[in-house]
Amino acid sequence: MSDQAIALPRARNAPTEESPAARGILIAVALVFLAGFLLLPLAVVFTEALGAGVRAYLAALADPDAVASIRMTLLVTVLVVPANLIFGLAAAWAVAKFEFAGKSLLNTLIDLPFSVSPVVAGLTYVLLFGAQGYFGPWLDAHGIAIVFALPGMVLATIFVTVPFVARELIPLMQDQGRREEEAALLLGAGGLATFFRVTLPNVRGALLYGVLLCTARAMGEFGAVAVVSGHVRGQTETMPLRIEALFNEYSYAAAFAVASLLALMAMLTLVIKTALEWRYAGEIAAIHR
Amino acid sequence: MSEAAFALRLKKPSVLPGFGLTLGFALTYLGLIVLIPLAVLAFKAATLGPDELRRLALSPRTLAALHTSFRSALIAAAVDTVFGAIVAWVLVRYRFAGRRALDAAIDLPFALPTAVAGIALTAVYAPNGWIGQFFAPLGIRIAYTPVGIVLALIFVGLPFVVRTLQPVLEDLDRNLEEAAATLGAHRIQTIGRVVAPALLPALLTGFALALARGIGEYGSVLFIAGNIPGVSEIAPVLILIRLEEFDYAGATALACEMLVISFLLLLAINLIQRWSRRRFGDV
Repeated sequence: MSDQAIALPRARNAPTEESPAARGILIAVALVFLAGFLLLPLAVVFTEALGAGVRAYLAALADPDAVASIRMTLLVTVLVVPANLIFGLAAAWAVAKFEFAGKSLLNTLIDLPFSVSPVVAGLTYVLLFGAQGYFGPWLDAHGIAIVFALPGMVLATIFVTVPFVARELIPLMQDQGRREEEAALLLGAGGLATFFRVTLPNVRGALLYGVLLCTARAMGEFGAVAVVSGHVRGQTETMPLRIEALFNEYSYAAAFAVASLLALMAMLTLVIKTALEWRYAGEIAAIHR
Repeated sequence: MSEAAFALRLKKPSVLPGFGLTLGFALTYLGLIVLIPLAVLAFKAATLGPDELRRLALSPRTLAALHTSFRSALIAAAVDTVFGAIVAWVLVRYRFAGRRALDAAIDLPFALPTAVAGIALTAVYAPNGWIGQFFAPLGIRIAYTPVGIVLALIFVGLPFVVRTLQPVLEDLDRNLEEAAATLGAHRIQTIGRVVAPALLPALLTGFALALARGIGEYGSVLFIAGNIPGVSEIAPVLILIRLEEFDYAGATALACEMLVISFLLLLAINLIQRWSRRRFGDV
């Protein structure tokens, strides 16, 4: 009898939900974990960057080496993203719109760079184009610098960001099938007109999404670029490499000042990403199904 | 005729144009950027000869670095799986203020450059840092020890678990849980026997993805690890040290070992997904 009296109030919870106490504990655990691991590091970046005052912060950003590293990062990004965008479109067109032997192998190959350590990726280019590499002597004789120069940094960054655009486009274009393109062709449109006026508008959201993720990664790539850059101050240093150099020189405030720019870029990326997910909810849901 | 028949078998006919051009471009691009460089790495390792390769690959410092990388990534992936599951559950099942902002913040480790994450985590956990200062008087050092490596890898791996679990949780049929409840199962029994098995493939995939990322991670670990040989030196850092010593053979041998580990993990992830598709349908 008394057992029942205790059991009754528990029936107020729906049987497929946790008790309010369990719910509260789970939410609290999630919040504390995320605050400690995600927000704290972000807060540290801005606190340390501005710790020495706004003038020191601005002076650190105006430093010629810092400015050169910002320019280098932007240059690498501007070269890498269009290359991977064109690759992504070509790969997605071939994989999503046609049936052919070896398709799943190609799919695996596209994803391969995600599972290779960026440092290993950078090393492969040093083995190919470095002074002791297979093409090193020939390149040297012809006065072409790839490793420890811009081309190597662009190649290494392309390696680690190859999958981003293709990864977003392929599932969506597979989902959409070929019907609209076939209809356009039957109505007399040419191949290019079909692509630009039928296919591209259909995947605009996924394309922007992929480009956004690719840009963020290209700007922030560190491991692959660290191997091939040679760390020439003011010349082959990207922002992550400048941060490393400053941090190793114990110029913490200056390191965090440069880092704060990249942190702002990351936060902007998340905002745009959320906006894209909201604007193109259907398309992006199709990708992640 | 036979040529046409052969082509037919390799590719189904289609009225859409551009197959040869796009496939050719994609294969050339992948070949030049990814496959040839990786093949050169394997070729370079092969030219070292089996004895030299074995000596380099099994040298104590190399093995210690691989062990540190693997062990740290394993612990971090396990922690990520537990807390990632809680975070995904909370984000999918509960409604509370700030849920959307929290959901967006999950991707921070993807968006934040690893060098930035690395110096930020070091500043948090260094003996005079925001959190480190509370542990320093107790004689506990976090930064510049293997513990610091694990913390950095937890940061880096978290989104892999959460983002793998979320869609599966959203698609989970609530009717099953109701059925379990009407059949008299306690909520904990329902979660253990009905929900958890359905989430298992996604949990394993997320774990494997976080593990793969953690083993290869460089930037976020570099600053917090202290890089003491044999203690807190990870494999990617050792590759860079070998390169700075112009020891290309040593760097190549270690890189090949890492590549083999990556391929095994990639294979494991594919097998998990195949198994899950067979068992649960198209998840």
